[in-house]
Amino acid sequence: MSAVGRGSPPMKTPFTAAAPLRPRLPRLDAKLLPLAVTIALFLAMFGYGSVAYTGFFSAQVLLNLLIDNAFLLIVAVGMSFVILSGGIDLSVGSVIALTTMVSAALVEHRQWSPWATMPLVLGIGTAFGALQGWLIQRFRLQPFIVTLAGMFLARGLCYLISIDSIHIADETYSAISQWRLPLGEEASISAGALIALALLAVALYVAHATSFGRAVYAIGGHEASALLMGLPVARTTVLVYTLSGFCSALAGVVFTFYMLSGYGLHAVGLELDAIAAVVIGGTLLSGGVGYLAGTLFGVLILGTIQTLISFDGTLSSWWTRIAIGALLLVFCVLQRLFEAKGRR
Amino acid sequence: MMRRLLAHRMFWPLLTLVLLLALNAAFNPGFLQLRWRDGHLYGNLIDILNRAAPLVLVSLGMTMVIATRGIDISVGAVVAISAAIAALMVGGQLVIHDGVQTVTSRFPMPLALAAALGVALLCGLWNGLLVAGLGLQPIIATLILMVAGRGIAQLITGGQIITVYYPPYFFLGNGHLLGLPFSVFVAAAVALALHLALTRTALGLFVQAIGINPAAARMAGVPQKLITVGVYAFCGLCAGVAGLLVSSNVKSADGNNAGQLMELDAILAVTLGGTLLNGGRFSLAGSVLGALIIQTLTSTIYSIGVPPEVNLVVKAGVVFAVMLLQSAEFRQALRGWVSRPAPGAVR
Repeated sequence: MSAVGRGSPPMKTPFTAAAPLRPRLPRLDAKLLPLAVTIALFLAMFGYGSVAYTGFFSAQVLLNLLIDNAFLLIVAVGMSFVILSGGIDLSVGSVIALTTMVSAALVEHRQWSPWATMPLVLGIGTAFGALQGWLIQRFRLQPFIVTLAGMFLARGLCYLISIDSIHIADETYSAISQWRLPLGEEASISAGALIALALLAVALYVAHATSFGRAVYAIGGHEASALLMGLPVARTTVLVYTLSGFCSALAGVVFTFYMLSGYGLHAVGLELDAIAAVVIGGTLLSGGVGYLAGTLFGVLILGTIQTLISFDGTLSSWWTRIAIGALLLVFCVLQRLFEAKGRR
Repeated sequence: MMRRLLAHRMFWPLLTLVLLLALNAAFNPGFLQLRWRDGHLYGNLIDILNRAAPLVLVSLGMTMVIATRGIDISVGAVVAISAAIAALMVGGQLVIHDGVQTVTSRFPMPLALAAALGVALLCGLWNGLLVAGLGLQPIIATLILMVAGRGIAQLITGGQIITVYYPPYFFLGNGHLLGLPFSVFVAAAVALALHLALTRTALGLFVQAIGINPAAARMAGVPQKLITVGVYAFCGLCAGVAGLLVSSNVKSADGNNAGQLMELDAILAVTLGGTLLNGGRFSLAGSVLGALIIQTLTSTIYSIGVPPEVNLVVKAGVVFAVMLLQSAEFRQALRGWVSRPAPGAVR
């Protein structure tokens, strides 16, 4: 599988490939069109900001997009795999909250070493995801409902630990939180953003060059066909949610660096942002089609909207929600158009 | 007789509700007491009924949507929008006219209510058109409004909590009719109207047909798209009425928190009532019971003295249990664990 898939765009099903056998070279591959639209939109928005606001066009503003949205990128990477496999994971935001809460409680109240805490919380998140995946796979439950219940559960567990926010004063956490890798003269990047980029690089490799990645695409394209092809459907499904759980926990660790606190109300609604980023990134919600690289640009677009609104200063923060909703609509409609075209 | 009772699909929800009420009565001896005071009925049970009314309404709309294999996760946002519009348009000002203090509303109250319900209906229509017209997956189509809707609600309220000072508006959520809370009558009226529409016309059959197999239903001549749009519009309208009740009850509208997580409670209520999430089989009475169970559960948690936040863990446990029980695979596995089937036994 891996040899075939390298670099070539994934197909939803063999039947939708109605294109001529040898596509003419100058034309952009139709499968890459959504990704191209996303990248163009990002460039346009960033370009607009650069023209409209002084001080917008700088390396640091660009890097801040990554720094302020590192946790979103990490979650969106996990979400991409889930959506590519045809599922959905609504528990990500609350798993982040749970991670920050457990970290804060262990480090601050129990005086655990951060180096023991981080692996533990990563383990908890991974196990949480694995459990959801197992329920979904073993009992044929709807991913939507299982992860919804998971969302309730993780948030509820946060409140069992503490109802109030726990501030983290630990030196290691503060040090990592303030650490910046200087890039050039004036720009720098945070540890969280570096972790996110590293994860993205690994995810790109996993999605496009491993048998696991190909199996994810195949299951999202058509689960029954994947099963008939002898792919490990059951294992892959469980692994996809396990991966998403791990990503959520990792995002939680990065979020802990970012906020330096644990709180049950952290990252409320983040699952929606993550889904929006994946969709805007050009991944089809029905599964099987999309690119991890698109997710990066989806996250950057969401970040740019927020930056534009904060640079503007006169717009209230709720315009962010409306803008994200509108973008989501536009991209869903575009997806339908692409799908309708592909079927003809 | 016992078998038939056990097999009745209202049996388990009813049993749950009765057990919950019994638990409450055990912890708090005065729980089941009803008192007659000032021409109104008072008591914990009445309180639960009053608080459950908005959830019952939303659950009724959600039942219809889920029966057609859909889902509507925007209801919480629609509740917030409807509450915001009503609160903004009613407002309320103290005017001293000829030495008499009167409170006037900004717009006539019927107009405000109609506007709020109209916008809620539009929200539902919008969802329905995205689902039936564009063919988007229901969860995604309604996700759009769920994300944008909160923003719109906050836009209407200006990011503030709008307080209503116009007493006639309070009647919706706090008033009494024939000794019972008025909101109970609203919920009951909607439930009754829906029940009649589903059983006295072919609508119920159509909805069920679409839920079981949309393509087959279309082939059989069921106006599938029209009914799908109608179902979402109805769900939006129900959420709108719920928004009015909620805002009237707390005498204010909060764009950010009104109806927060209501979509989840409604889905939970519908599932508890025995409606299948895969569409086709639905039960209005079950959903009403489900909503009452959730409200009773919330009240129980408050009255036992457990921190209210634990509610989420309990609800999660309930969802896990219910969905596992609904899963054929789980029931089969359970049967395997409990007793190995005898050779030749019918599985």
